[in-house]
Amino acid sequence: MDRFKTFQDMFKRYRRPGDIVFSVVFLVFSLFMLSQIGEQTVWKKGTKLFAQPSFWPAVSLGFMSFFAILHLIGSACSPRIEGRWSEVLLWFRSLEYVAWFLVYVAAVPVIGYLLATIIFAVLLSFRLGYFSLKMGLIAALTGIIVVLLFKTFLQVKVPGGQIYEYLPDGWRSFMLIYF
Amino acid sequence: MQNLIDGLQMLAQWQVVLALLVGSVGGVIIGAIPGVGAAVAIAILLPATFSMEPIVGLTMLLGIYGSSMYGGAIPAILINTPGTAVNALTTYDGYPMTKRGQAARALSLAYSASFFGGVFAIICLIVLSPVLAMIAPHFGSREIFLAALLGIILVVLAHRGQIFAAGMLAAFGVFINTIGLEPVKYTKRYTFDQGWLSSGVDLIVVVLGIFAISQAFALLVGKNESPDARPVSGSLLGGFKELLGHKRIASASASFGVVMGMIPGVGEFTAQFMSYTYAKKTSKNPELFGDGSPEGLIASEAANNAVPGAAMIPLLALGIPGEALTAMMLSVFYVHNVIPGPQLFQNHMDFVMALYIAMLLLNVIVLIFLMFSTNLLTRIIQIPTRFLGMVILTLSFVGVYSLRNSATDCAIAAGFGVFGLVLKRLNLPVVPIILGMVLGGIMEVKLRSAMARVKTPFDFIDRPIAAILFGLIVLILALHVRTVIREHKERLSEAEIDHDMHDSQQG
Repeated sequence: MDRFKTFQDMFKRYRRPGDIVFSVVFLVFSLFMLSQIGEQTVWKKGTKLFAQPSFWPAVSLGFMSFFAILHLIGSACSPRIEGRWSEVLLWFRSLEYVAWFLVYVAAVPVIGYLLATIIFAVLLSFRLGYFSLKMGLIAALTGIIVVLLFKTFLQVKVPGGQIYEYLPDGWRSFMLIYF
Repeated sequence: MQNLIDGLQMLAQWQVVLALLVGSVGGVIIGAIPGVGAAVAIAILLPATFSMEPIVGLTMLLGIYGSSMYGGAIPAILINTPGTAVNALTTYDGYPMTKRGQAARALSLAYSASFFGGVFAIICLIVLSPVLAMIAPHFGSREIFLAALLGIILVVLAHRGQIFAAGMLAAFGVFINTIGLEPVKYTKRYTFDQGWLSSGVDLIVVVLGIFAISQAFALLVGKNESPDARPVSGSLLGGFKELLGHKRIASASASFGVVMGMIPGVGEFTAQFMSYTYAKKTSKNPELFGDGSPEGLIASEAANNAVPGAAMIPLLALGIPGEALTAMMLSVFYVHNVIPGPQLFQNHMDFVMALYIAMLLLNVIVLIFLMFSTNLLTRIIQIPTRFLGMVILTLSFVGVYSLRNSATDCAIAAGFGVFGLVLKRLNLPVVPIILGMVLGGIMEVKLRSAMARVKTPFDFIDRPIAAILFGLIVLILALHVRTVIREHKERLSEAEIDHDMHDSQQG
């Protein structure tokens, strides 16, 4: 069974719906950034070209815009694939999880890493459709394991929660160090 | 010899042994779960390794890097879903063998071929090390600049059919690396007077966003699935005996892996393609390829497992990462002020040897682990995908936040997460962004220092290695143009091409 015949076939990637939307947005972004080169970078007199602060931004934005134009032409000349806007909608659906993530980030310094992680894991798994008690417990356990592994065992830098201040002295330092 | 003994001594600490065990066993498990992969795991663990000694942190990351492909073969063979992207070719022959009731034979062959590929690569490296130590010091600023430029060109050209996209994303990577206060003239670049952009965009934040958070989003917005892998029965040791009957294929495939692994920007896919084509062309049963050929399985697994060892060469000898995972590891070196490059090979050969021995040991640990735990892993594979997305998001938080306790970093990472999701959904490559960031930084520094001594353009390539690298760049670009013209004439129609194969090549 010959699934690919040439080197190109093996590595070829195929367009998906929504490609042209991405191409347009990326090109607009590239051209906007390129238009800002005079404002956002400095040209120092008496400095060689290769050492100019604006040299690498100019080179990278030049290539970005050049390839983005070619990519857009490629997209525009290819047959349309159905489902463009439903795909774009799916990209926007991910923003809900960005919000979940940022609320979690904001909650950690307030209610502490352990509590925030358990609540985040359980609530998010409910949101995802895992309504059973078993999955809720597994989610909570996953949260505890993550905290034990990273904060208690690996001692990564995550600050203690503000609510730890209300704990009795011995407990407070214990929670601050390990959870 | 003394370096070897010193390297062994460096490894003989309980922290290193523990890191090796955790890395290699963890890597197999992570590799076996479709949708996670070594890149996600390494991205999440990177900040945690910064507080460890360099050898401990790197051993753990190397463990994950070297062992994930072993694990990735399990779902590839049992359920036709590659655990990691580089196991895609394994599905071609592994899954048909499972359908014929030869799952244990296929797994055993995959393990033994992977082991052979991994060990072969490390032995090659140990033998090559003195040569590298001799050549590496001849790499000055201009040679390293040219090698980094070659790496960028190769990574763009390796994404055939998407070269424009790979080019714009690599340039985007170079661009985001320039944001912030530049260190020579102390001027601001593209900060738009925002304080949070002054310190630039951190590589780790981008890596976590693009690899880990984007994968979490992709799983969270996707359909919920629970892969169904059946336990296997039968001995997993028989593969070694069978591998002995295919010594030629195994050695050739591992050699392709070593050579391709050493070239920046090329990596596993090219090595697999070459070894698979070679195995098929020289086989007595070419018709079996794609339909359960043991030789095809060996070619795929021996080649991809030989790459991690070889990929350490440009990283250690020149400080140039060839793909995303070694680019992430480079940040571990930088954090500890151990700058990989010619001087590492000259002054810290014991450190290099310790890394090689650690890689050798990890292959042994993984093999032993797999002999006893394959059936357990078939149960781990069954984690529902959306739940897995939640777990990755939870882990991504600790990865980003522990870097410098910054909520802004988390927001930037989430932004890159959405960007990575869009790229994944569009089947566009994310690796050029990371390599653009890392190699762009290297090129900027090296070009500036090289140009101080260059009067005319020809001075830039008047040293032998610089001239060879420049010649290679010209040759590769010329060959590419020739290939594009030739393949345009011989192109297949859309219906003849296997889309599934390409769709599985994420990253």
